[in-house]
Amino acid sequence: MCGIVGLFLKDKSMEPLLGSLLSDMLVTMTDRGPDSAGIAIYGSGTPGQAKITLQSATPETDFAALGAALSDTLGTLVSLTIKDTHAVVSLPRDQLNPARSLLSNHHPSIRVTSTGDSIEIYKETGLPKDVLQRFDIRKMTGTHGIGHTRMATESAVTTLGAHPFSTGSDQCLVHNGSLSNHNNLRRELKRIGMQFETENDSEVAAAYLTAEMKRGKDLGEALDSAIQDLDGFFTFVVGTRSGFGVLRDPIACKPAVMAETDRYVAFGSEYRALVGLPDIENARVWEPEPATVYFWDHEKAA
Amino acid sequence: MPQFDLSDTPLRELNQALHSVPEGSNDTHFEVINPRGSHSVAVGIDQPLTVEIKGNVGYYCAGMNAEATVTVHGSAGPGVAENMMSGTVIIEGDASQYAGATGRGGLLVIKGNAASRCGISMKGIDIVVHGSIGHMSAFMAQSGHLVVLGDAGEALGDSLYEAKLFVRGEVKSLGADCIEKPMKPEHLEKLAELLERAGVTDVKPEEFRRYGSARKLYNFNIDNADAY
Repeated sequence: MCGIVGLFLKDKSMEPLLGSLLSDMLVTMTDRGPDSAGIAIYGSGTPGQAKITLQSATPETDFAALGAALSDTLGTLVSLTIKDTHAVVSLPRDQLNPARSLLSNHHPSIRVTSTGDSIEIYKETGLPKDVLQRFDIRKMTGTHGIGHTRMATESAVTTLGAHPFSTGSDQCLVHNGSLSNHNNLRRELKRIGMQFETENDSEVAAAYLTAEMKRGKDLGEALDSAIQDLDGFFTFVVGTRSGFGVLRDPIACKPAVMAETDRYVAFGSEYRALVGLPDIENARVWEPEPATVYFWDHEKAA
Repeated sequence: MPQFDLSDTPLRELNQALHSVPEGSNDTHFEVINPRGSHSVAVGIDQPLTVEIKGNVGYYCAGMNAEATVTVHGSAGPGVAENMMSGTVIIEGDASQYAGATGRGGLLVIKGNAASRCGISMKGIDIVVHGSIGHMSAFMAQSGHLVVLGDAGEALGDSLYEAKLFVRGEVKSLGADCIEKPMKPEHLEKLAELLERAGVTDVKPEEFRRYGSARKLYNFNIDNADAY
């Protein structure tokens, strides 16, 4: 089954509530998938600074001196904030790629869950309420975010197999469904240089969108191409630095409900996920059409 | 009138109460408040009860209904009135996917729009949708009537058997073996009756077109392979 939620805030005054609203939405969807849970939050970035979210199975040894080591090697001030099994590295944007090479060469047990100006991704196996609590998600602020609670079908129950998947800077995707042409697509994407960390079909969808956007498409156009190139069942909710998109396959087997008011756009696998949102009684509530791209962008709206 | 507040009463308690009304009881009118998208509200009733649900419901509301009249004063999630046997289910708002699926009898009225697969595999139920319906509606429908005042999405009536489909608006496309058929006096008469029972007063049966099975897929024939 899997459960998906998403919240894109139009009203800045709601930003302090993002973490708690998304958390409530995701906990409500727990019974759609008890295997793992994850959440991506787009918070406020610092100009010129980038963020890397890291995950480790042994955080007490991996993270202990990592910040200082990164600062020394890169020759610049790097800050490291540890949250349970995850840590967020904040560093000058031009140090992002050197830092990534350093991590993969010298700290192979550390995994990167996201990179970008504003995105942070936290995911682990277990129930949403536990995962959210471990990372204190309720206190997080931000402009938009997406979450997922997984019932594993296509690959193993591991932290890496949890959603959201991020395959490009400030990009992420959550998926309910199963793709049937992911193996072939993965081969084609590898040929053009995309890298994969799992055997998960949803990671292929994320990498596909990243590759399309690298070709110069915006998220809306990349989602349009996905209707042609991805085979199988899917409801996707995707995030970019300033954008939020939704796409369902042409058969639209997997459920989806959306709500929009002057203050936010919200997505849930079921209406139950939306009932705690402010003024939901007066929202426009609808079921997204199959093979139709829905897309909001803060920069385009501004 | 018993009232159940689903914000503090377990769903099982409501459904248990609806299943255990003694025969001949005068207390047959129930009100349900704060459903907040709950699943399986008022399923499996088999008595002439009246249930008013004030708010939106989730999956499978009023499933397997027999004899009861269930009204949702809000919208319904996937599978509303699935496998209904008799009675009446009224949705004041919209309905999600596969409304009235496999229904064997009774009347389902959706005052808003219905999403995809409305009336899939219907087997005798009558469904009246005041708004529009989504794609693949009445797929493999076997008997009963589907009346749509608005438009129908793609592949209406794919692999249809003997259900009769009436659509007032546009049909995006017809599914395999579904064709338009002439509206005969008996169809106009039946349609008038269904519209009246569904509370439609300002629309005439003559405004609808009828669709049904071409009956070419009943038995496998290699000449029809392209149509599958």
